[in-house]
Amino acid sequence: MSIQTIEDTKVKAFPAKPAAELVAFTAKSRRRIDPLAIAGKVATALVPPAVVIALLLVVWQVACSSPTASLPPPSQVWNEAYDLIAHPFFDNGPQDIGLAWRVLISLQRVAIGFGLAAIVGVALGALVGQSIWAMRGLDPVFQILRTVPPLAWLPLSLAAFRDSSPSALFVIFITSIWPIIINTAVGVRNIPQDYRNVALILRLNPFEFFVKIMVPAAAPYIFTGLRIGIGLSWLAIVAAEMLTGGVGIGFFIWDAWNSSRLPDIIVALAYIGVTGFCLDRLVAGVGAFVTRGTTAK
Amino acid sequence: MTAYLKLDHIDKTFARGGQVTEVLKDIRLTIDKGEFVSIIGHSGCGKSTLLNLIAGLTKVSAGAVLLENKEVDCPGPERAVVFQNHSLLPWLTVYENINLAVSKVFGRSKSKAERHDWIMRNLDLVQMAHARDKRPAEISGGMKQRVGIARALAMEPKILLLDEPFGALDALTRAHLQDAVMDIHSRLGSTTIMITHDVDEAVLLSDRIVMMTNGPAATIGEVLAVPLARPRRRVELSSDRTFLRCREAVLKFLYERHRFVAAAE
Repeated sequence: MSIQTIEDTKVKAFPAKPAAELVAFTAKSRRRIDPLAIAGKVATALVPPAVVIALLLVVWQVACSSPTASLPPPSQVWNEAYDLIAHPFFDNGPQDIGLAWRVLISLQRVAIGFGLAAIVGVALGALVGQSIWAMRGLDPVFQILRTVPPLAWLPLSLAAFRDSSPSALFVIFITSIWPIIINTAVGVRNIPQDYRNVALILRLNPFEFFVKIMVPAAAPYIFTGLRIGIGLSWLAIVAAEMLTGGVGIGFFIWDAWNSSRLPDIIVALAYIGVTGFCLDRLVAGVGAFVTRGTTAK
Repeated sequence: MTAYLKLDHIDKTFARGGQVTEVLKDIRLTIDKGEFVSIIGHSGCGKSTLLNLIAGLTKVSAGAVLLENKEVDCPGPERAVVFQNHSLLPWLTVYENINLAVSKVFGRSKSKAERHDWIMRNLDLVQMAHARDKRPAEISGGMKQRVGIARALAMEPKILLLDEPFGALDALTRAHLQDAVMDIHSRLGSTTIMITHDVDEAVLLSDRIVMMTNGPAATIGEVLAVPLARPRRRVELSSDRTFLRCREAVLKFLYERHRFVAAAE
């Protein structure tokens, strides 16, 4: 599954190149702002998904309307979980807080786990990409370990850390690090020989080479890895929190299931989906900004 | 008198999977300070390999490259290379590309203001000061090559190595850049070695033309001195007798005595 995700994201990442050049060209004509044209663009972007969502809600409502239906229809979700939808930031004590707070707590865990994975992953990826012997030694190990599902790490990390909080962080770390390592390594291996020659002639030391040549040259690949990584870490946090407890959004779902509050679960799913989408866009946006010079030839 | 740059009985072999290919054999050449030397030959004759050996990017198999009587076996800024495909770093602006070289080479010996002046002087030299804040993707191929030359010159090299610098350019741009290189050479007197496969270019720019035989085991077939006074003007030279004689000599070498044989590859 993770191989598929890597390829999917790569396919998505590459068409970004011509788009970046187009932006550069149109930047000059930015002065002429046509409100009608902008409204038209917004409408073409928003209307189709709105129609699809409305249709899905109608189908869902019809399908789950019978009294024997096992899942609640949207109208019931709206009525029973209205507090969760309307007040994301309420705070009534330690375990009774709004979903936005829970998402933020989960995001904090992701930030730490993913941040560590990004640092270690880029460093290891640079090593594997740069040294043929590091690649021969480490690559097979990485290829095996990356297929281990996130939750399979959890018992081991619980045993090692004897605490749920660092275990959850470790699961995020170990889940998101593989695509970062692998993509960074590919990026470093693909640095054109010309750039290496420039570095050789200037006698850049390894640190200067890393900062001034390697990271910028491999940045498009690194950000592809980071983007896959942040998606995986968001998958992992929800699963990890279900088991380790705490106040995150993942535990909230588990808790709602145990007290049969299905509408709450559905609202939480929507929160998770939207947050995951935003995280993906955030990393993609940062990547597009940082690599704007690298991708254009 | 000892030569400025001496290529002393250089052999170069590449070994791949137990099979050894001899690329260059017994290259002997001395180059004086301030001289402009072109190396010409058919593709695959190892002229780029020879340039890489002088640059130190490739190691010699036997013999030695001596610069001011000191052996060189690793790359360094005193032998700056202008690459065929400019090799500017696309994420840096024109100014930053040159600054990378200048701050590495002169980081200790020049102050920040002096480094800035030095960068701008080199950009002026190639008439690219107006594009200092542009990225390589935003300027034309000829302009990129100008910046590549400025970056190499900014390292204040003892030898300037040009690896088919105009190969990827159209004829008009190429002529402009050839004039620019001649102008810079006359002003700075930089010792220059240029790889080319363009006969006119070699005769127009060089003091001497080194003609390579075909590979494998290519070597220097002949060295032709070009006794043309400088400054040289391409329009006047097009009917100059010495120019035509030199041009004919190179053409005869390349197309009669050492014709390109595809099977030799």
